[in-house]
Amino acid sequence: MASSADRNPPPFPASEEPEPELSDMADGDSDEGEDIFVSNSHPASVSRGVCQPEEPADLFNEEATAAQPNGVHSDDDDLFAEAQADLSSDPSADSPRKDLSCPSGPPLARSPAALQPTSLEQLEEEEEAKDSFDVDVAVTNPEKVGDGMNAYVAYKVSTRTSLPMFKSKAFTARRRFSDFLGLYEKLSAKQSLHGCIIPPPPEKSVVGMTKVKVGMDDPSSVEFVEKRRAALERYLQRIVSHPLLLQDPDVREFLERDDLPRAVNTQALSGAGFLKMITKASDAVSKMTIKMNESDTWFEDKFQEVDMEEQQLRKLHAVVDSLVNHRKELCMNTAVFAKSMAMLGNSEDNTALSRALSQLAEVEDKMEQLHQEQAGSDFFVFAELLADYIRLLGAVRGCFDQRVRAWQRWQEAQSTLQKKREAEAKLLWANKPDKLQQAKEEIGEWEAKVTQYERDFDRIGMTVRKEVLRFEKEKAKDFKSQIIKYLEAMLQSQQRLIKFWEAFLPEAKAIA
Amino acid sequence: PDALCERDKVKFTVHTKTTLSSFQKPDFSVPRQHEDFIWLHDALVETEDYAGLIIPPAPPKPDFESPRDKMHKLGEGEATMTKEEYTKMKQELEAEYLAVFKKTVQVHEVFLQRLSSHPVLSKDRNFQIFLEYDQDLSVRRKNAKEMFGGFFKNMVKSADEVLISGIKEVDDFFEQEKTFLLDYYSKIKDSTAKAEKMTRSHKNIADDYIHISATLNSLCAEDSTPNKKDLWKLNLAFFIHLQKVEGRVASDQELKLTELLRYYMRDIQAAKDLLYRRARALVDYENSNKALDKARLKSKDIPQAEEHQRQSLQKFDKLSESAKKELTSFKGRRVVAFRKNLIEMAELEIKHAKVSSVLFSLCVSLAVCS
Repeated sequence: MASSADRNPPPFPASEEPEPELSDMADGDSDEGEDIFVSNSHPASVSRGVCQPEEPADLFNEEATAAQPNGVHSDDDDLFAEAQADLSSDPSADSPRKDLSCPSGPPLARSPAALQPTSLEQLEEEEEAKDSFDVDVAVTNPEKVGDGMNAYVAYKVSTRTSLPMFKSKAFTARRRFSDFLGLYEKLSAKQSLHGCIIPPPPEKSVVGMTKVKVGMDDPSSVEFVEKRRAALERYLQRIVSHPLLLQDPDVREFLERDDLPRAVNTQALSGAGFLKMITKASDAVSKMTIKMNESDTWFEDKFQEVDMEEQQLRKLHAVVDSLVNHRKELCMNTAVFAKSMAMLGNSEDNTALSRALSQLAEVEDKMEQLHQEQAGSDFFVFAELLADYIRLLGAVRGCFDQRVRAWQRWQEAQSTLQKKREAEAKLLWANKPDKLQQAKEEIGEWEAKVTQYERDFDRIGMTVRKEVLRFEKEKAKDFKSQIIKYLEAMLQSQQRLIKFWEAFLPEAKAIA
Repeated sequence: PDALCERDKVKFTVHTKTTLSSFQKPDFSVPRQHEDFIWLHDALVETEDYAGLIIPPAPPKPDFESPRDKMHKLGEGEATMTKEEYTKMKQELEAEYLAVFKKTVQVHEVFLQRLSSHPVLSKDRNFQIFLEYDQDLSVRRKNAKEMFGGFFKNMVKSADEVLISGIKEVDDFFEQEKTFLLDYYSKIKDSTAKAEKMTRSHKNIADDYIHISATLNSLCAEDSTPNKKDLWKLNLAFFIHLQKVEGRVASDQELKLTELLRYYMRDIQAAKDLLYRRARALVDYENSNKALDKARLKSKDIPQAEEHQRQSLQKFDKLSESAKKELTSFKGRRVVAFRKNLIEMAELEIKHAKVSSVLFSLCVSLAVCS
């Protein structure tokens, strides 16, 4: 997994950098200083630990606390307990440490000799840890803040993490929708140049927001807020599961800082908004005019695939939408029917039949609830999944576009270089030595640029490839888990249906 | 006697088996059209002698309009759908057509069966003609004048009903029945409408599933990655089945519940008509009483008035008696029918749900493993 390989270097240099300082400190400092840093420094700790029996106690203290940032959540206490046990059983520092490093494998290798094998273990452990979430993000508690047209909904973004680069392990921040959009803007400005796939946020909806602002408490606006909250949560989860994006300081800032500067350029009617629209239009035009000669068929095939898939998903989404609507209709009709049945049961004079009819009304009522839940499941699990992936596929296409743009830049640089060379040739022929010097400098400059752009292009190509593969894997996983969820929900509803009708049957049979 | 209906285009084949001596043969069948049934019903209603009986409601005209419309729309939209989707929808429509047809046959059959099981009505001459007459009855359809006349009669009748409803009822039993029936009628009409809506929603959902499965099919066909393909195929199978089940649930529900309600709505209407006739007779009797008093006062035409009064009293009594019998048996019949249909509906729902849940659990376990 290339992505996790990228991830490993950061903790390592972090732990390695203190080492040179440590070796300085270890020589002449107080015991406290050693204790604090000794967990990070491998060679130093060995020498320390061997000659000072009291230190191991503190050493293991530090180890226990230092174990946490390295990706092992629940093992902390176990580690400490084990450390204690090992300490009591074996006073020598070396073997307990080795025992420690084996069970949990965090980067607490003690001896330099043991460094290499454990670092490999570490790599594997960290890889596994990366598969599960190191960062857990949740978006909860939508609350309306303010009044009138300036009102907005603030969401609580809570993060739980074990990564060292965050200041603490769990923190929350209040964010509003434009903050999320602002994050997206910043990320796409920076990262898309490298060819990453940036998950797009949910769309702005003027109608929905106006309803919420005005304060209408009807179910549709509640639903709207819920839909948005779920979408924002999925958006953040996708961002943090992307290894490169997680590194980005903007993301960290978004999650950590108490107060973000208001991202005004996400407003629809602002100057920045207009600028965006113009750039989008010009991009579209340039895409149409310049045709890239694709040397790599992989990209072309992939692009076609992505296109077709997006179309199909769109169609599917439309149909699922109508399914959701019809189910909601069924809900309403069933409720109305249940009421009417109840009234009929009331006016029926045969008592057994009357009871049976009212029972039927109750069953239908329960069915209505069932259908309601089913509709919810249809929507939140299935339809939203499709909508998300339609947008994500759009992002993938954006990725491909970036690559095309990189190619364009390269080509342009090449043509400029060509022109410069021609100019140089002309000057040579016209024999103007001073201008010639300048021309030669320019040529050198442009040659450098050409090589740079070519390298950029290749790099983007590779990143895009990687990203697309990763995306596909994620997509397969996502779809599978969502579909399983959906199927399970349907299964449950069918079983409950059985129960309801089975309860009704004896009543019906009891009609004299 | 036993009546069996088979269909042949828009004609019905009425097949009778009987042991009664009044018929020429023990076993025979004749072709009939819907209009013949209506004629029979009207003839029975118009017979004075049967005023004290509840005439079973006439079967409604077979309604193939709705599926025909949909078929038409389907044909128009053929270009936008894939071939599989189109065949699916067509199959679905054909099933609906079949269901409508089955329903119609059933309704007509029930009509005849009720007639034949009624002690008095089964001896009716018209009924026997209906069952026996070999050739086409060639019932003259009501021409415009008669239609209008019928319509006018109906209006008069409803105005009359309103007037008569103010009459003081002598018999408690009938008073109760009247209130009960009126109330029940309005409720059942309401329920029928709502049930119809519900059934329609179910059908819509079933249609949606067809579309979903078709789209999944095309997605599946195009996708190259093997693991996703399996997943989509799985989904596809699941949705196809779901659609079938949902469609079946909808039609079952329709047959058992909605039809039941609809039928009894009409039956109650017939019972109401009976009550009306009786009330009419009561009014006649009272009128004749008044006439008699007047005649006595004027000392003219007394024997005629007396005769008239006696006749109307007789009629009224006979009517009341048979009405009582009819209404009681009607109650019993209704309860039995409701019971049967409700039980059947519940059992069917359980069956479908069980099948579905088995399939779902299968799908889930497959999905988890893949």
